[in-house]
Amino acid sequence: MKNKPVKPRAAARLRPPAKLWQLRLYVVDQTPKSVTALANLKKFCETHLKGIYRITVIDLLKRPQLAKGDQILAIPTVVRQLPKPVRTIIGNLSDVEHLLVGLDLRPAV
Amino acid sequence: MKIKPNGSKPGSPKTLLPKCPTGIQGLDEITGGGLPRGRPTLVCGGAGCGKTLLAAEFLVRGAVQFGEPGVLMAFEETEKELKANVASLGFDLEGLVRRKKIVIDYVHIERSEVQESGEYDLEGLFVRLGHAIDSIGAKRVVLDTLEVLFASLPNEAILRNELRRLFRWLKDKGVTAVITAERGRESLTRHGLEEYVSDCVILLDHRVNDQIATRHLRVVKYRGALHGTNEFPFLIGDDGISVLPITSLALNHQVSTERIATGIPRLDAMLGGKGFFRGSSILLTGTAGTGKTIISSNFAQAASRRGERVLFFSFEESPNQIIRNMHSIGLRLEPLVKKGLLRFHSQRPSLCGLEMHLATMFKDIAAFKPHVVIVDPITSLMDLGTASEGKGMVTRLIDYLKAGQVTTLFTSLTQAGHALQQSEAGMSSLMDAWILLQDFEGNGERNRVLYVLKARGMKHSNQIREFLISDHGIDVVDAYIGASGVLTGSARAAQGALEKAAMLASQQEAAQLKREVERKREAIERQINSLRADYETEAEELRRIAEQVGTSTRMLTTERTASGILRQADAKVAINTRSRSRNGNQ
Repeated sequence: MKNKPVKPRAAARLRPPAKLWQLRLYVVDQTPKSVTALANLKKFCETHLKGIYRITVIDLLKRPQLAKGDQILAIPTVVRQLPKPVRTIIGNLSDVEHLLVGLDLRPAV
Repeated sequence: MKIKPNGSKPGSPKTLLPKCPTGIQGLDEITGGGLPRGRPTLVCGGAGCGKTLLAAEFLVRGAVQFGEPGVLMAFEETEKELKANVASLGFDLEGLVRRKKIVIDYVHIERSEVQESGEYDLEGLFVRLGHAIDSIGAKRVVLDTLEVLFASLPNEAILRNELRRLFRWLKDKGVTAVITAERGRESLTRHGLEEYVSDCVILLDHRVNDQIATRHLRVVKYRGALHGTNEFPFLIGDDGISVLPITSLALNHQVSTERIATGIPRLDAMLGGKGFFRGSSILLTGTAGTGKTIISSNFAQAASRRGERVLFFSFEESPNQIIRNMHSIGLRLEPLVKKGLLRFHSQRPSLCGLEMHLATMFKDIAAFKPHVVIVDPITSLMDLGTASEGKGMVTRLIDYLKAGQVTTLFTSLTQAGHALQQSEAGMSSLMDAWILLQDFEGNGERNRVLYVLKARGMKHSNQIREFLISDHGIDVVDAYIGASGVLTGSARAAQGALEKAAMLASQQEAAQLKREVERKREAIERQINSLRADYETEAEELRRIAEQVGTSTRMLTTERTASGILRQADAKVAINTRSRSRNGNQ
């Protein structure tokens, strides 16, 4: 599942890939969990959204006031700001299948 | 402000657990000063029993009364909703938020919008809470209702782990926390939160009994402190929650030796001449129409006239009706009401439950601070619950009033045909004085009598006294005791007449006797007079005889002298001498 043509159905559902994906990763401090999450996210994006994504890492330890806006409870949390609608995925993103579903890249079974 | 409760407790058993006053009426009394400071408290209960409100009031009062800012983390209601909800109870949450006394953080997760992928924790919640606490230096935290998370987060194992960490973390922060939770079917909370919060658990409950709903509060657990263990009713009123503990644990009221008049001088006289003790509880029982309300009103009027405040709870009549009715017997209550010395509180007993009544009564009493409270009649309230509930309520009411040295007059309606003392036995032990009003039927009429059944600590009359209700109030009349007991009404009047007649008869008898004696005396006098007359007659006779004798003697002498002269001249001298000596003897 590395190359895009593998999933024509998913691609069909996908909005025009030219649109930029804006992802926010909320972490608290540089814990192993945060580091793993960021690594997993980068890997995922490189695989599925190459060239059209931007990841912003927000460390709530430094900017706790930002937690309220995106209703962050769980850490780590990825919020897809764009494209709309907003999607939220919690966890260290080790489960790629769930991540695909969570980001609307694959319909839930 | 780090408190290490576990360390300080065993080391110095004398040091009391530091408490955090809630400011909620009654709750601090039950818990002996408030919630455990620096520890989490679990408040659980079913839907609509007032959990959120209790928590919110804890925060608001903390911020307003105790200078302790607070954080409200709401999982169910938005900030806006919360503000609106508590505003109806007079809490200005909005203003407190603006002045940075309270921070509200609405936490919301829609499960359908959240996808799980791999491991996570709830550090975000900690960060938010920590940030909110630090931003205003909060001392109090409310988490309402944390359990929502169980619905929004799919992984329960992580959640439980994180909750345990959260409570530990709250303790380390040194904040006094209130966590609300939904009541479970078999456990205290639906998701077993009591497992994590072990210091203090408060259970709220909203029960419907006989179509009447009452809220109850119970402190299930309070580690390291004495607390009232009973279920206490509470009330959500215009100014928040008020819990009614008021069952004092000890009988240690202050007592007064001051006596207060009843407004009926002759009733005072029956009570050792001075009336009741101030702060005592008085029971006035009687069947329908025996004048309970009238005597109560008299008492109320007398107290108001002394300048005391009187609170009159009426469960049968409206204030205007009482005022009108009392006016007809010459009691003017209206001016006293206008002066603010007399206040009526009229409610239908069936309006709400026993506890709710008690709650409103307590509130009224606390607000008005009366010297005298009248409950007319207490029996309509007691009928709302079971006998034990009723007695419990009266006990609480009496305890509360006695603590404030309030004199209380309860009237009690007894069913005709019941043994009076039997039916009131439950209540009477709580009363200091008990006056019984009764109807006496006989001679085709009904008459009212009263007597003092008991009066603790004072001499009191043992007589059954009739009283009359007239245009100018109550008049206790003299007792007439006949052969078959006390006489009332026309029988009393007849007895009075009888006694009067008897007195008249004896007066006449005396006069008769006097006349007799007089007559006797006169007879004797007459006898004496006649005897004297007899004697006089005899004496007269005697004198006459004596005179006769003297005359004849003289004549004899004269004749003899004359004849002597005739015979011899020298005989003259001898005759003269003899006659002179006889005259000298007389």
